[in-house]
Amino acid sequence: MSTDLPRSPSPAAPSAPDARGPAVPAVSWESVSRSFSGVPVLRRVTLQAYAGRVLALVGENGAGKSTLMNILGGHVPAESGALRLGGLPYAPRTPHDARAAGIAFVHQELNLFANLTVAENLHLHDFPRRAGLPWIDRAAMRARAAALLGQVGLHLAPDTPLDRLSTGERQLVEIARALGTAARVLILDEPTTSLSTRERERLFTLLATLRDRGLALVYISHDLEDVLRLADDVAVLRDGEVVAHGRAADFTGHRLVSLMIGRQVTQLYPARRDPPERASADRPDELGVPRLEVRGVSEPGIVRDITFTLHRGELLGLFGLMGAGRSELARILFGVYSAASGAIRMDGRPLAGGPRARVRRGMAFVTDDRRHDGLCLDASVTDNIMLATLAACCRTPARLVHAERVRATVRRIREAVRLSRAAEERQAVRTLSGGNQQKVVLARWLLAKPQVLILDEPTRGVDVGARAEIYRLVRDLADSGAGILVISSEIEELIGLCDRILVMRQGELSGELARDAFDRARLLAAALPATAAAATGAHS
Amino acid sequence: MTSDESWIARAKHRGPRTLADGSAFMLAVNVAAFAAFAIALPDFRSPANLATVLVSSLPLLLLATGQTFVLVSAGIDLSSPALVGLVSVCGGLVMSADVGWLANHPAAVPVGLLAMLATGTAAGAANGFCVARLQMPPFMVTLTTAMFAGGLAVWLVHAVAQTETLFNLPEVFLALGRHGWVDGPLAVGAAFVAHVILARSLVGRWLHALGYNARAAYLSGVPTSRVIVCAYALSGLFAALAAVLLTARLETASPSHGRPLLLDVIGAAVIGGTSLAGGRGSVLWTAWGVLFLAMLGNGLTLLNLSDFVITIIKGLVILTAALLDQWRRHWRTTSASVADTVIA
Repeated sequence: MSTDLPRSPSPAAPSAPDARGPAVPAVSWESVSRSFSGVPVLRRVTLQAYAGRVLALVGENGAGKSTLMNILGGHVPAESGALRLGGLPYAPRTPHDARAAGIAFVHQELNLFANLTVAENLHLHDFPRRAGLPWIDRAAMRARAAALLGQVGLHLAPDTPLDRLSTGERQLVEIARALGTAARVLILDEPTTSLSTRERERLFTLLATLRDRGLALVYISHDLEDVLRLADDVAVLRDGEVVAHGRAADFTGHRLVSLMIGRQVTQLYPARRDPPERASADRPDELGVPRLEVRGVSEPGIVRDITFTLHRGELLGLFGLMGAGRSELARILFGVYSAASGAIRMDGRPLAGGPRARVRRGMAFVTDDRRHDGLCLDASVTDNIMLATLAACCRTPARLVHAERVRATVRRIREAVRLSRAAEERQAVRTLSGGNQQKVVLARWLLAKPQVLILDEPTRGVDVGARAEIYRLVRDLADSGAGILVISSEIEELIGLCDRILVMRQGELSGELARDAFDRARLLAAALPATAAAATGAHS
Repeated sequence: MTSDESWIARAKHRGPRTLADGSAFMLAVNVAAFAAFAIALPDFRSPANLATVLVSSLPLLLLATGQTFVLVSAGIDLSSPALVGLVSVCGGLVMSADVGWLANHPAAVPVGLLAMLATGTAAGAANGFCVARLQMPPFMVTLTTAMFAGGLAVWLVHAVAQTETLFNLPEVFLALGRHGWVDGPLAVGAAFVAHVILARSLVGRWLHALGYNARAAYLSGVPTSRVIVCAYALSGLFAALAAVLLTARLETASPSHGRPLLLDVIGAAVIGGTSLAGGRGSVLWTAWGVLFLAMLGNGLTLLNLSDFVITIIKGLVILTAALLDQWRRHWRTTSASVADTVIA
C-alpha cells in the first residue's frame, strides 16, 4: 500500500477534477452506429462518461452494451458517428491503439494466464527490458508489480503463480494491470458475477478510490442494486439506443427494469401469434406420464436443487441471464455433464448414460453454439443432417450406407424445414447463412423423431424469416406429442412461443409463470439477482 | 454424398481452385509424373520396371491405407511402421523352422498368420484406447507405442534366437510374397475393402464426422470412443498385413522391417489429399499418393540420384502436399465468408 493515495485528490466532484473544466467529458460517443450482418446493434448512440465519475450501463442481453464498449476498446470499428477522448477525436483501429490512448478493459471472462506469475501477468504488454535489449528486467518487473498490487490493495508476492489466486483476487490483478497502463478510462464488464460478498465489497471500495483519483469508470452490470449503489450516472440501452441517461439518484430499480424492457415487439417476433390456444385447455385430462421429470438435480457451483416437469406436447421456456446455469442444466439433462445428486426420468423411466444413450431414448439437443459443437462445418449438408440417424439408412449386415435412402430422406426433411434451395446437399454447411445452418441442425433432430427436445438459444444469429420457420417447426413437434424445453435470453421469444416459462437465477429455479401470467417485468425480476427483484416488487 | 464425389459440387461454388482438390487432381498429377518419367527414361517404361514399381509399393499401400483411417479421425499414427517389425518378429517366433514355437508343425502357418494379425490389431486398439478413453494426444501415444514396439521386437528376437533376424520360414508362407501374384490381389483387395468401409459404411461416415467436429458428433449420439478405437485398430491390422507381405517377400522375420517407411506412409496419405486436420480423406486418394511416391522413387533412382537426394526430393514433395492441404482449408474458409453474404 506504499503508493496508496498520497496525492489525495479532490473528492468526487460532479465533473472532471482536472484543468479542462467540467464541460469536457473523458469519453463521448457521438451518434455512433454499428450493425452486424445487416442487423443494427447500435443506433446513433450519444453518450458521455466523465472523469471522476462512474457511468453504469444497463440493458438486456443484446441491447448493445458490449458492442458500445468494444468500439471504445478498438475491437470493433464504428460504422458512423465519432468518438472523442478528452475532447479530442479518437478512432482506435486496434485494441493496442485503445490501450495507448488510456482505455483499459476488464472483461467478463478474465484475460489472464493461469500458468504465469502475477508479475508476468501484469506486464504482458510491456515487459521491462534491460537497457533496450531483449532481456526482461525481472527486478524492475517485480518492483513495479508490487506497486501496482499495492494500489489495488492486494498483498501478494509478485512471483505468486496466478492459478493460486481466487477469482476475486484475479479480478483485482486485472484491474491492477489496467492501472499499469496509465489508464484514464476503466471499463468493467460484469465484474461481480463470480465474486463473493466480501470480494465484492473490496472491489467497490477500490472502484470508489479510483474514481476519486480522477479515472472515468464505465460499469456494465445486470445487478441493478450494485448499479444504483455505485454509479454516479446511469445510461439504459435498449435495442441499440440510449433510452435514458441521467444521474443515478433519479432512477429506482423499478424504473430501470421498465426502461430496459419496455417495448412492443409483436412485429419483431411473428411467431407470437403462433402458439395454439388449446394448450392450456388440454392440460387437465391429457397430461399422462410426463415426458421429463427432473427432481432435485444439483451439481455444486453449477445448479442447485432443480425440480420441474415437462409434459407431453408442452413447450416449456427457460429464461435466465447469461451465467445463470441454463446451458449447464441442459447439458446435465442431455448427459454431457454429470450431476452430483438428483434424478431425471423420461417417460416414467430413469434416464442414464451419455448423449448416445439419451439419443437412443428419444432425446435431442440443439446446442447454443452450432458452429462450435452443433455442426461439422466443413462436412456436407447431407452428412450433417444424417449425423444422428445414419444407422437407420444402412443395410443391416455390413452396415453400408444406402445412398438412395439417404438422398430421399434428406430431400424430404429439407422440404419440411424449408432449407434454402441455394443450399446444395453436397455443399459444406460452413457456406450457409446462420438461419440455414440452424435449419440443418433442426432437420437432423427432426429425423430422429425426438420425444424430448432441448433447444438452447435456438434463434441466436438467425434472421427473422428463418426464426418464424423454426418456431413453426418446434410448435408442430410439440403438437405431435413431444416435450420441448426452450432456453433463451430473449423474453419475447419465450412469451411468444412457450406454454409455460421457468426462470433460473444463479443456478436455481427462481420462478415459474403459466401462460396467462406471462409478464416481461416479472420474468426479468425473477432472473435478476435477488435484491434487484425485491426492488421491483415482483414475485420471486 | 461420399467425399470423393463431392468435388463436383464444390467446383460449382469455388471455380478453378477446386482443381487442386480430390481424385481428379491426383489422377492428373500421376499421369503427368508417369508421362514425364516415361519420356525421359526408356528404362522406366519397360513392363518389368513398371511391375516392380507396383509390387514394391504394396506394403506402403497397406500402411498408408490404415493411416488414412486415423488421419480422417483427426489423429495420427506414428507407430504403424514400428508395428510392422514387431508383428514380423511375432510371426517368425511362431513359424520359423529354427526357433519357432510351432517349427515344422502343419498348423504353423495359420497360427502364425493369426498371431501376426492379432498382434497388430491389438497394438492398434491399445493406441485407440489411449486416445479415445484416456484422452491422450495421438502424437504422444503412437510415438511411444512406436518406441515400445521397436524395442520389444529387438528384445524378443535376441531373447529367443540370439540373432537379429529369423530365417527358415515355412514354404507355404513364403509363397505369399512371390512375384506379386498372391500379395498383389491381396493388398489391393484389402485396400478396396478399406475404401468401401471408409467411404460408404456407417463407421466410415461417423469417422469423417468426428474428424470434422468430434464434439458435434458426440452430441449427436455418435459412439465416438468406439469409432476412434476402431480407426486405430484398423491401422494396426493394416500394419500387420504389411508385415505379412514384407516378411514373406524378404523371407526373413526382422524387427527392422517397415522402419524406414514412416515418412512415406504419412506422405502418401497427405499427397493424396487426406487432411491432417481430420475429416477429409479417402483410401482411393491415398492409393494415388502411394502410386505417385512409388513412381517418384523409382524414376529418381533410374536417374542415378543418390538415396540422400531422393529423400530430399520426397521430403519437398510431402511438404508441398502439406502446404496444399493448408491452402485448401484456407480457401474453404475464405470462400465461405464470401458465400455467407451471397447466400444469406
